[in-house]
Amino acid sequence: MLFDNDNFNKISEVVKDAVVVEGSHSGGKGDEIMRHIMDSNVYEIFGKEIHLPHIELFGYDISITKHVLMMWIAGIILIFLFRVSFRKGELVPKGIANLLEAIILFVRDEIVYANLGREGKGYVSYFLTLFFFILTCNLMGLVPYASTATGNISVTAALALISFIMIQASGVKKKGLKGYFKEFVPSGIPFWLIPIMIPVEIISMFTKPFALSVRLFANMTGGHVVLLALFSLLSSFMLAPVIFFPLAISLLELLIAFIQAYIFTFLTAIFISLTLHGE
Amino acid sequence: MTDISLAYLAAGIGAAFTTFGAGLGIGKIAGQAMDGIARQPEASGEIRVSMIIACALIEGIALFAEVICFLLGTK
Repeated sequence: MLFDNDNFNKISEVVKDAVVVEGSHSGGKGDEIMRHIMDSNVYEIFGKEIHLPHIELFGYDISITKHVLMMWIAGIILIFLFRVSFRKGELVPKGIANLLEAIILFVRDEIVYANLGREGKGYVSYFLTLFFFILTCNLMGLVPYASTATGNISVTAALALISFIMIQASGVKKKGLKGYFKEFVPSGIPFWLIPIMIPVEIISMFTKPFALSVRLFANMTGGHVVLLALFSLLSSFMLAPVIFFPLAISLLELLIAFIQAYIFTFLTAIFISLTLHGE
Repeated sequence: MTDISLAYLAAGIGAAFTTFGAGLGIGKIAGQAMDGIARQPEASGEIRVSMIIACALIEGIALFAEVICFLLGTK
């Protein structure tokens, strides 16, 4: 599997070695940047290093790394946030429940009902989970001593895989297996276009989740790389205005965190509506 | 020119070209959005939302190329 943790660690080891070799020419900045972005088995907090356990199951490396820890923390934060703010169960919520309800209604009305119609009622919980999980993981990357879980291609690939299963399963459930394959060839097309249409349809079926995962991964990692590169500029220049560049980029990253969570959810909803309702 | 220096050169040129393409695309979208808002100020909310979505999608494509350039740059 391409996105094994084992393979990914091997690739990251190779990249790290390459960067160290090259970085020793230019002063080692590339090494620092790669060290902050990539996953590792060591969690550094307040100067202490916590070695996370290394678990192996049937030859697959499922050890608990920094990004896995971040995903668990994101899940725990979400559970506590929603449980505590909606404890009263009033009809008109106040405080944090008000803010969360506004976001929930936004996801439900603008993303799910606008694209899937009333029959999208069963999908609302999946989209809410997706949106809030990606948003929390993205925002946690901006907190010091925490790292972005969605900045790991394995995490975004897993999210895109789940979306892919949702898209195909919704199409198969609505139309049945034969009807789903009939979808590939719209009616009223001349004969000679069919050998071209079918590979194009199949390829586009796989390209969409791939694009989703790479878009989220590249946006999150790219923002961090730019931020770290600008921070490392401070050691070279030591001027006061150099502090404002990372500040501006941090604000841009905040905006991009929200936008990318919205785009992932919105595009999944559009793909599901394309499968259900056709063009 | 050694292989490593060619890889660095390719990374730099590739990143520059994709930024150029993305800037062109987003600039065109923003320009058309301004035209739309100028014609019909009541629709400015809808136009703004659509513009942000289109910008995010275009940046997604630009970042595909950035990832490849980054892989080349750390070779």
